[in-house]
Amino acid sequence: MNELLPVFEWQQHVIAPWTTGLKSTLWIVLMGFFVATACGLLGNYLILRRMALVGDAISHSVLAGIGVAVVLALQLDTATLFIAALAAGMATTLIIEIIHRYTRVKQDAAIGIAFTSLFALGVILISFKSGKVHIDTECVLYGEVALVPLENFHLSLTPALVGAIDKLPMSEVYLRGNELVMAPDVVRMGFVALAVALLVWVFYKELLVSSFDPALAFSLGINATFVHYALMALLSVVVVSAFESVGAILVVAMLILPGATAHLLSARLPVILALTVLHAALGTLLGFHLATWLNCSIAGAFVVAGMALFLLAWLLSPHDGLLAQWHRRRNLKLEPPEEISSTSSAGN
Amino acid sequence: MSVNVTKTVEPPPLEFHDLTVAYHKRPVLWGIDLEIPKGQLVGIIGPNGAGKSTLIKAAMGLLQLNSGWVKVFGEPIGKNLKRVGYVPQRESVDWDFPVSVMDVVLMGRYGHLGLMRRPSKKDRNIARDCLEKVKMLPYANRQISNLSGGQQQRVFLARALAQESDIYFMDEPFAGVDAATESAIVTILHELKAKGKTLLVVHHDLPTAKEYFDSLLLLNMRVVAYGPTEEVFKYDLLQSTYGGRLTILSEVAEAVREKS
Repeated sequence: MNELLPVFEWQQHVIAPWTTGLKSTLWIVLMGFFVATACGLLGNYLILRRMALVGDAISHSVLAGIGVAVVLALQLDTATLFIAALAAGMATTLIIEIIHRYTRVKQDAAIGIAFTSLFALGVILISFKSGKVHIDTECVLYGEVALVPLENFHLSLTPALVGAIDKLPMSEVYLRGNELVMAPDVVRMGFVALAVALLVWVFYKELLVSSFDPALAFSLGINATFVHYALMALLSVVVVSAFESVGAILVVAMLILPGATAHLLSARLPVILALTVLHAALGTLLGFHLATWLNCSIAGAFVVAGMALFLLAWLLSPHDGLLAQWHRRRNLKLEPPEEISSTSSAGN
Repeated sequence: MSVNVTKTVEPPPLEFHDLTVAYHKRPVLWGIDLEIPKGQLVGIIGPNGAGKSTLIKAAMGLLQLNSGWVKVFGEPIGKNLKRVGYVPQRESVDWDFPVSVMDVVLMGRYGHLGLMRRPSKKDRNIARDCLEKVKMLPYANRQISNLSGGQQQRVFLARALAQESDIYFMDEPFAGVDAATESAIVTILHELKAKGKTLLVVHHDLPTAKEYFDSLLLLNMRVVAYGPTEEVFKYDLLQSTYGGRLTILSEVAEAVREKS
């Protein structure tokens, strides 16, 4: 049989990446995990607020922000892109709010109007200057995960620190002599993921009550509108930090998949948040090895692995999983209440 | 936070002055002037679209006012949030939300907690007492989607009790609940009133309105009448509140007849 799929070899596809190829494996897996965690945690609140597609909108309208930066002939360095994209994200949120509030257009349609318009605006602005700047649209959509392991962050350490860091696991990857060597994209995304996790933890009450019952939130002195905009700003930051390396498609998928999977497995928000992080870790690992095996897009494999976990949760969830439902239906002996059974037997 | 009881008279729990609220240029409330004294159990009565819920939301500072002002204990609502408790309409929230009954009642304590503070043991005990009062303690760890309509309403009531406020706004707490829940709510309303709390309750059922409340606010965009139930629950006043709606008018006639 001429294989459609390459032969799966345990040694080559699972062991080797963690031994000989450890350096790039570690950075890529960490990057995927950080992106999925940051997106997944925020995504939970988007799902609860029925705003799942707002992340989609923000990730697309980032192009308008880049377009404005290009037309203003700004340097396209990370800081500029960051501010431009953050502004675009906030603009998207505002436009959705304004259309939704001041017209009859419902929120989902308003989202559709806002991000397609901003995306188109970005396309036009960039095409003005297309000769002078290089914007790789493929990169915007699919990202360049393979470039993630580029280590150009070096930091000299004192001997005491070297000694301490040397004891950490996998220190051969990030410790060279007395220098700490890191992939800057991964470090940045790590900080973003950590910030998101901290904010979700610190503002747990505020996020919970303003998502569940905004009117009660106001009566408790929690400004639900402010929480909404803060959430959107944070979402913009996450989308921008992630999409340069992993692409808009992975970002959008990771906003929904981990949270949606966790929702199938639990009905308690703290458990759901923990499961989201678990999904991020498992999905990234599985996806990475899938990509190594099939030699395919890493970002794509992350999403496919995340989807596989979602299907697995759907099948196995203890309460409303397919198997549990099937099992319950098989073992269910319905005994009709007295009065109904007597009337129906009389009818027969 | 305890309020210093001084010899000076405390300002009224709730005061509206020339309040006007409009949605998209269409006025919903027009020129509301009202003062609710302490310890009153007020039923807000009026036809659909009369602005009953809007009045409550305006009082709580949830809406932009077109003119006028609202004061809670003599201050803008923002300064007295802790003294206000709220029971929203049951349909206003998503009951599939991944929280337990206990979590929802604990939300009532959030106003008493600082930033980053989690509910303490004391807060949990208060929440448990409140659940006990509405006979929902056995359900404390249930996911809220597994509750019946009446149980959902009782959870909301327990949450409002946990707020330990001085004035309560309740939006249709009797809508679609079973008889047992209805009588449980009435009992609690009267207990709160006996403790000197002030309660404003949107109510849609005329025949029970005169039993449940000791004063009524008849509302149809404007205040048609406000006063003790026996003075306000009159055919002509109800007729002008409900306008020419025949089905309701017969209900009014029925209700007034029952009363006499």
